[in-house]
Formats: sequence, structure tokens, C-alpha cells
Amino acid sequence: MMLQIENLHAQIGDNEILRGVNLEVAAGEVHAIMGPNGSGKSTLANVLAGHEAYDITGMVHFENEDLLALSPEDRAAAGLFLAFQHPVEIPGVGNLYFLRMALNSVRRRRGLEELDVMGFLALARERMKLVEMDESFMSRSVNEGFSGGEKKRNEILQMTILEPKLAILDETDSGLDIDALRIVAGGVNALRRPDRAMIVITHHQRLLDYLVPDRVHVMAAGRIVRSGDKDLALELEEHGYADLSQETASDRPASVGATP
Amino acid sequence: MTTVTSTATSTPEGRTGAISTVAELLSRLGLPSHGRGPTWLTQARHESAEWAITRGFPTLKDEDWKYTRLGPLLDVPFERAAAGADHRISPATVDALTIDVANTRLVFVNGFFAPELSSITELPEGVTVTNLASVLAEGGAVLEPFFAHPFSESDHAFTALNTCLFEDGAFVHLPADTHVTMPIELVYLSEAQGSPVVSAPHSLILAGPGSRVAVIETYAGISGNTTCTNAVTQVVLEEGAHVEHYKIQNELDTGFHLALLDVRLGPDARFSSGSVALGSKIARNEVRVRLEGEGAGVSIDGLYLPRGDQHHDNPVLIEHAAPRCTSRQLYKGIADERGHGVFNGHIIVWPGAEGTDASQTNKNLLLSDHAEIDTRPRLEIFTDDVKCTHGATVGALDEDALFYLRSRGVPHEKARALLTYAFAREVMDLIPSASLRAHVDTLVAGRLATEDGAGGVPL
Repeated sequence: MMLQIENLHAQIGDNEILRGVNLEVAAGEVHAIMGPNGSGKSTLANVLAGHEAYDITGMVHFENEDLLALSPEDRAAAGLFLAFQHPVEIPGVGNLYFLRMALNSVRRRRGLEELDVMGFLALARERMKLVEMDESFMSRSVNEGFSGGEKKRNEILQMTILEPKLAILDETDSGLDIDALRIVAGGVNALRRPDRAMIVITHHQRLLDYLVPDRVHVMAAGRIVRSGDKDLALELEEHGYADLSQETASDRPASVGATP
Repeated sequence: MTTVTSTATSTPEGRTGAISTVAELLSRLGLPSHGRGPTWLTQARHESAEWAITRGFPTLKDEDWKYTRLGPLLDVPFERAAAGADHRISPATVDALTIDVANTRLVFVNGFFAPELSSITELPEGVTVTNLASVLAEGGAVLEPFFAHPFSESDHAFTALNTCLFEDGAFVHLPADTHVTMPIELVYLSEAQGSPVVSAPHSLILAGPGSRVAVIETYAGISGNTTCTNAVTQVVLEEGAHVEHYKIQNELDTGFHLALLDVRLGPDARFSSGSVALGSKIARNEVRVRLEGEGAGVSIDGLYLPRGDQHHDNPVLIEHAAPRCTSRQLYKGIADERGHGVFNGHIIVWPGAEGTDASQTNKNLLLSDHAEIDTRPRLEIFTDDVKCTHGATVGALDEDALFYLRSRGVPHEKARALLTYAFAREVMDLIPSASLRAHVDTLVAGRLATEDGAGGVPL
């Protein structure tokens, strides 16, 4: 199993956001996580990527390694990637410079040779085509002045360059028009491989038309309350999350729904 | 980032050193001999000495000095720098400090002209670039108005002491409509081989109507005992003159640097100045600008990077004294370890200066719990119909940006260095000359580098 999450709790101060998440993701699989706002989806993504704002208990194993013991940069080197819901703008840091620094940091820790400027440029150009990104973006500061769609494409570009084993896409589809969605989904699909897994957090069935998931999970109130195959997403699209509130109220054990 | 209003936390401390009054200091240092220079100068020196003695040293109770303690300076048994002292500075050392060896450069060692380290390239007809002492030796009548003048409200003991003590400095004069295309570099080196020394260079840049020039001042400490640089640079721009100015302060970390840049602008003149403060134990980089002619404009930018026990104070006074002038300021501070940065920005819009457009921005980054920033924007407006904006922030590195970089594999220390450098970059991007920008960038990136040398110079 590539990723194993057991009884994961996360809180900030007295506010408990994750209340016992259980999830297993095998290599080659695409898992979708859906659920209403505030159900803890983004927190789960941030906790997995190593955000330090949370008090965390529980167990997360990534390729049999204790993920929670690793720093964010070590998780990246180990092969984890989070495409942020709201990519931060970093004025003064050039996009290309940042990407090369990121890739070489990761390569160094994976025991690979660092890429020189020319080698990196060749790789970046190839991957930029994949997400139909204009080269002028490379000379700009990271995400600064980018439109919502451009920021999301930049996330996918970073993913295609860093080539993670496990990619978590946090609402990468939100705010995208249909063309941008197609481009983003194309970039993601190009990365699908038997030894790579993805967790796709989304509000909408729409993205899942392009990225067909192996499993669909529903989060509510900090737990995974239902799991199923891709048809679950269609069902949710039709009925919404209204039924879930009852399941949450009944405090249904999360592990039941989450076991694949 | 949050806006803060800072308050003084320090109290005047007891001065245990040898010096407690200006008179004591002057009697130890002594004035330059009467034989040197014209009578008016001797008179100006005596008047300045008297004024400084009466006025006394600034204290923490003085509005413009409330964060800068002079105790550590007055404790040092300084002597006046001697003329013609043997220095061990090689041309290669100076080359490394200059932006382009092809530029005209005047080098001063402890406030005295060092012709063997200087070079003057071909200049347009009528343009004078020389040292002040040689102008004084010929009578120096042109200089009199710049030294023999009444003291202003903002003068203090150190500006007066500069008049008492200076022996040399740069003299740059551009007649009407002359354009000097290559920058002129003024390099002031401090070196104390024996006792601690005070130097007092005084430079004068006179830009005639419609003239253009760029001047880069570099202050650098070489090695040895403690030095104190008490420098004044005066710039006068006549109608339509354009002057670009930049200052690099890279004194030894044990040294003291008390400098004044005094600028006056005539109608439609343009002055832009940037500075970077890297060195000194205590540095005060004062700028005073007086917009005297209608339609004149200035931009004054600064970057200060105190760390260790360094103290970098930046008092900036902009006086709008004529209609429709513009002034813009961007000062950024990065304080690390126990470093202390001060921005004291004062804008005065005098009666009659309608149509004034003034903006002042001060942003600061605190990298350590023990670092300190004090920022005091002050606006005094005596005219209607003006546009004045100001803002000040003090904050830590953006945690979200830090997490973003780390989540991509960039190690924590490198991510911090990259974001710190990015913070500084906004000011460096305002430097118009590419070669100067690259030079400053190298200094700043080197300063902010992590141990493995990743300063974050962009591709």
C-alpha cells in the first residue's frame, strides 16, 4: 500500500478539524475526495504535505515510512506533491529559478544528479507544452499576478516537473473554465502511471469526467463517511450532500466507509 | 504584515568613556591647521565648533536621535585621521569595490584624496571632477556658500563637526547642459592602522541647468582598528538637472558611520537616490532633501540589513517648498539576530507647495526574536491641495510562502533565504543601471546567503 492513514486527527487550538480519518491508497489508483465546505478536505491535504499549524495524532505511512515524522521538504523528496487550492504569490522569486531549485533539491535528496540551467530549461519547455503554458510565465515571479487558471496550471506544471509518486490535487478544478479544466486534466492524465497514485479533492463531478477515479470518498465533519466507486460521485452530483448530514449525526464509524 | 506604531524603549545611558562633551572631543582631535584653506573656511570651522559646543551631542531625547545611542562611539579614543598616512590598500582592493573599473573614480583614504588609487576618464568639456582640497588650494571661492551658511533646524553636532574637521572630498561640477554618460564613483575607505581614527570627507556635486550625471558613493572599511566616518555629501541641482545617486555603506562591523546626504533641487530637476546599508556597528544614514523649484521630483530608496549587534538608523527629511513637486520613498529593512533598524521618515509640505505629491513606504522584515525595528513616519502639511500617502509595516516571513516552497522540496533554510532575498529585491529592482543593480544584487545576495551559498539570485 502506498499510503495508509489510520485514525488521523488534526486540530488547531481547540478546533478539531480531522476527527479520525482512515484511508488507504494503492499505487496506480486515483482516489477522489468529495464533501461539503468545512468537512476537512483541505486540512487533510495540508496535513499530508506537512503544514505545521496543526496538532496531529494518528498514523500515516507513505511507502512504509512514517510520513508524519518528515519535514515538508523531506515529504516532497520522498515523492509527495500537493497542488494547492490557493497557490501563494511570491513576489521577487522567479518562477523558473524556483522550479529549478525545487527540482534540484528533490533530485539531490533522491540521489540523482542536479540539472544545469540548459538541462532544466529543456525539461521545463517540454512540460510547459503539456499544460499549454506560455514561456513568458517562467520569467515572472511565482504566481504573482497570475489569473486563477494560470495559478492552477502552474501547480500542474510543477507536478509534471517534480514527478511525484503521490499527487494530491486540492480543488484544482475550482474556478476553472471548461478549456482550462481540459488542459489541467490533460496534464494530470499524462502523469497517470501504475507506480503513481493521486488523491483528487473536488466539489464537482465535472473534473471526474476527465479524471476517472478508482475510488470516491465523501468527507463530512472531519471523517470519511462513505466510500464507493465512481458512481458514488454521480450519486452525490444528483442528491448533494444532504443525506450525509444524517450519517454524520448518527456518528457512523468512519472506518466502515473508508475501507476499500 | 501588520502596521505598528513604535515607541522608544531605551533610556539615555551613562557615558563612561573619555568623552562627554563636544569641547572635549574637539580638544582631543584638534582642528586642521589654519594654513590650509582660505580665511572664510577657517572662520566657518570656528563658527561650527562654537555652535557644536553650545548645542552639545544629540541625545535620545532629540526627536531625530531617539533610537541611536552615541555612548559606544564616545567611548572610543578616536584621533583625527592624518594626511598622507601610509596605507596598504592596493588598486585591486578598490577594483573589487567599484562597479566598473572603466568609470571615473575618486578614492579617499580616511577622508584624504588618494590619487594613486583614482582615475579620471575623459569627461565632456567644462565638467570638473576633482578633489575638494585642490579647489580650496586655488582659493575655493565657489565653495564658500556651501560651508559658510547659517545652521538649520535639522543640523546637529556631527554635521557641524564635519565642517570643523573635513580636509577633502569630491568636487563634481557640471556646467549647463553637460551630460556625463559614465557613472562617477566616489570610494571612501576607512583604515586605522594604529589608534582608532575619525575621518570627515565632504563632497559636493553641483549640477548645472539641464545637466546629467550618475554618482555612486561607496564607503568601505578595510581592516584594523575602529574607524568613524563622519561624512557629508551635498548635491545641488539647478533647473532641469538630472542626478542619479547611489550609496553603498559597507564599513567594518566594528566601525561607526554618521553620514548626511543633503540635496537641493531647482525647478523641474530630478534626483533619484538609493542606498544599501551592510556594515558598521552604528550607522546613521541621514538624507535631507529640499524641493525648492516648481515641478522638481525625487525618489529616495533604501535597504538596510542590520544583523549581529548592528544598528542602522535612516532619518529622511523631505521638504516640499515649491508647488507641484513629487517625492517618493521606499525603504526596506531586514533585521536579523540582534540587529536594530530604524526608519525615521519626515515629510514637510511648506505653505505654497500646492500640488505636492508625496509618498513614503517603509517595510520591514524581522528574522529573529531579538531583532528590532522602529519605524516613525511623520507628515507635516501646511498647504491644501496636496497628496501625501505613507505606510509602514513590520512583519516576519510569510509562513504560507515558506510552506509552499518547502512543500516543493526547497529546504527550510534555503526557503527562508530565498524569501528574504525576494523581500529585498523590490528595492534593488528600482536601480536604473543594470551594472549597478548587478553589483548591489551580489552584495545583498551574498549577505543573505545560507551556509551552502544559496542566496537566491534569480535566473
